[in-house]
Amino acid sequence: MVIKADKLNLDFETNDGVVHALRDLDLEIGAGEFVSLIGPSGCGKTTFLRVIADLETPTGGSIAVNGQPPEQARLARAYGYVFQAPALLSWRTIARNISLPLEIMGLSSGEQQERVERMINLVGLDGFGGKFPWQLSGGMQQRASIARALAFDADLLLMDEPFGALDEIVRDHLNEQLLQLWKKTGKTICFVTHSIPEAVYLSTKIVVMSPRPGRITDVITSDLPDDRPLDIRETPKFLEIAQRVREGLREGHADD
Amino acid sequence: MTGLQKLLNAAAALCGFYALVDGFTTLSPALLLAAGLVVVCGMRLSPALAAALPVVIRPQLDLVISLIAACAVLAALQDGMVGAVWGIAIAAWLHGWLAVEKTMADDADATGFNWVVSLGVPLFFGFWLLFFWEALTIGLGIPTVLLPPPSMIGARLVTSTAILMADFQQTFLKAVLAGYAIGCGSAFVVAILVDRSNFLRRGFLPIGNFISALPIIGVAPIMVMWFGFDWQSKAAVVVVMTFFPMMVNTLSGLSAASAMERDLLDTYAAGYWQTLFKLQLPAAMPFIFNALKINSTLALIGAIVAEFFGTPIVGIGFRISTEVGRMNLDMVWAEIAVAALAGSASYGALSLLERRITFWHPSYRTK
Ligand SMILES: Nc1ncnc2c1ncn2[C@@H]1O[C@H](COP(=O)(O)OP(=O)(O)OP(=O)(O)O)[C@@H](O)[C@H]1O
Ligand SMILES: [Mg+2]
Repeated sequence: MVIKADKLNLDFETNDGVVHALRDLDLEIGAGEFVSLIGPSGCGKTTFLRVIADLETPTGGSIAVNGQPPEQARLARAYGYVFQAPALLSWRTIARNISLPLEIMGLSSGEQQERVERMINLVGLDGFGGKFPWQLSGGMQQRASIARALAFDADLLLMDEPFGALDEIVRDHLNEQLLQLWKKTGKTICFVTHSIPEAVYLSTKIVVMSPRPGRITDVITSDLPDDRPLDIRETPKFLEIAQRVREGLREGHADD
Repeated sequence: MTGLQKLLNAAAALCGFYALVDGFTTLSPALLLAAGLVVVCGMRLSPALAAALPVVIRPQLDLVISLIAACAVLAALQDGMVGAVWGIAIAAWLHGWLAVEKTMADDADATGFNWVVSLGVPLFFGFWLLFFWEALTIGLGIPTVLLPPPSMIGARLVTSTAILMADFQQTFLKAVLAGYAIGCGSAFVVAILVDRSNFLRRGFLPIGNFISALPIIGVAPIMVMWFGFDWQSKAAVVVVMTFFPMMVNTLSGLSAASAMERDLLDTYAAGYWQTLFKLQLPAAMPFIFNALKINSTLALIGAIVAEFFGTPIVGIGFRISTEVGRMNLDMVWAEIAVAALAGSASYGALSLLERRITFWHPSYRTK
C-alpha cells in the first residue's frame, strides 16, 4: 500500500468555530494506481493531499505513506506535489524554477540540465526556459509547475487540480501525456479534479467526496482498458462510469 | 502645441515684451538679445507659422533660448535687478519649462528607460533652483549670513577643497561607512538568528525598539565617553541608529515568502539553510534594500550630529558648528553641499543596485 488512511479526521479551529475538513476517511491506494479525488469545492480534497504530504497534521485517525508516517515519507522525498496555484519563484527563470528541487536534492548540474530540458519539452514550454514566471500566461505557469514536480521524479505524485487553468486542447494533450508517463513509469498518482470526464479518463480508481463534513461517499474502480485513446470518452462503458460518478456527486449535494 | 504649452509660450512672450518696453534704454546688449528672442518666439503661437516651419516648436529651441536668457540675467546680476531683468529671468524659466514639457510629451508613448527624461529633468530642476537662488539673493541684496548665493558657495567649494576633503574623509569615509557597515551587517545577522528562534524574537524586538527610541542627542555624548573623540564614537552612534531599521525590515522580509512557497520547499525536504538561501533571502531583498536606503540617510545625519558633541578638529559636523560661530556661512553651506552630494550618491548607488537585484519585484518588472 502506498497510502493507507484509517478513520482519518482533521478539524480546523477557526475564529467562528470548528471546520470538519475531513471526517472518518478510509482509503487505500496501492502502488501504481491512478486515483482521482473529485467533489465540490470545500470538501477537503486539498486538505487530504496536504495530509498525505505532511503539510497538515490530522487531528484523529492514522495515515501511512509507503508504510511510514507522512513526515518520514516527506523527508525521504517520497512524493512530488503540484499545488493548486503555480507557486513559481519570481526571481528564477522557468528553467531555474524547474531545477530548484534538483538543486535541493544535490544533483550534478549536468543531470539537472538534462532533466530540465526533458521536462520543458514534455509540457510543451520549449523556448520559454529563459523567461521569468511573470512573463508567462497562467496556464503556462501551471505547466511549468507540473514540469517541476515531474522533474523531482518521485514514485508518488500528488496533483491538486493541475489542469484547472488550462484550455481544453492543452488539457487533453496533457491528460494523454500524463497517462503515458504513468504507464511508462508505474508511478502512483493522486489527482484532484473538478471534471468528471477527466477523472474517468485518467483513473483506475475514482474517489467521490462530499463537503461539511468532508468525507468519502463513493469509491469507483474503473475497468476501462489500460490503453485509452482520447475517443474512449465516447464509449458506453466510459459514459456508464461517468454517470456513476455524477450520481455520487449529486448524493453528496443532496445532504446539504 | 498643447494648451499648457501655448499658455507658457504666451506668458514668456509677455514677460519679454514687458522687459523690452520697460528697460529698452537700460538693458545690456545680451539682455536685449534675450528679450528680443523671447518676443519673437511668441510668434510661434500662430498656427500658420508652426505648420509651415515645424522646427520652431522643437524643445531644443526653447532650451537654447532659456539658457541664453538665463546667462544674460546672471551676467547682469551685479548691476542690481530691475523689473525688466526680472521679466527676462521669468521668461527664461518659462522657456525652460516649455522645453521639459515638450520633451516629456514627446516621450510619453516611448517605452523603456530614457536618459534625457530620467537625468535631464532633475538636472533641469536643480539648475533653475540654483538660478533663482542666485538671482534672488543677489538681486534682492539678501545678507550672505542669512543665505549666501550659490556662486559664493561654489567659490568656497573650489578654494577650500583640501579642508572639505579632510572633513569628508573623517565623517563619511570613516565614521559613516564603518558605522553603516557594522550596523546593517550585525542587524542582518541578528535578524536571521531572531527569525529562527521564537525566544530571541520575543527578547530582541522590544530591545531593538527601545534602542531605536533613544534620542541621538543623548546617545552621542555617551558614545564619546566610551569610544573617545575620534571617528569611532561617531561610528558607534551610526550603528545605534541603523541597527533597528535594518533588523525590523530584514525580519519582515524573511517572512515575506508565501505559505505555498514554504510548503513547496518543505515537500522537497529542504534543510534550513537551503530554505534560507533559495527562498527566504531572495524574497527578503526588497525589504532589505528599503532598510539600506533609509539607513544611508540616517547614518549621515547621525555622524554629523554626533560631531557636535566632541570631536578632533576635523569633520563635517565639527566644521559646521565652528563656522556657524564665525559667521562663515558659505563654508557651512559648502559642507552641507558635500554631505548632500555624498548622501544622494550613496542613495542613488543603492537604488541602482536594488533595481538590479530585485528586478523581479512587481515595481521593477519589465516584460
Ligand atoms: N488552513 C485552514 N484553516 C481553516 N480552515 C481551512 C483551512 N484550510 C482549509 N480549510 C477548510 O477546510 C475545508 C476543506 O478545504 P479544502 O481546501 O481541502 O477544499 P477543496 O476540496 O480543496 O476545495 P477546492 O475544490 O475549492 O479547492 C474548507 O471548508 C476550508 O474552508
Ligand atoms: Mg483545493
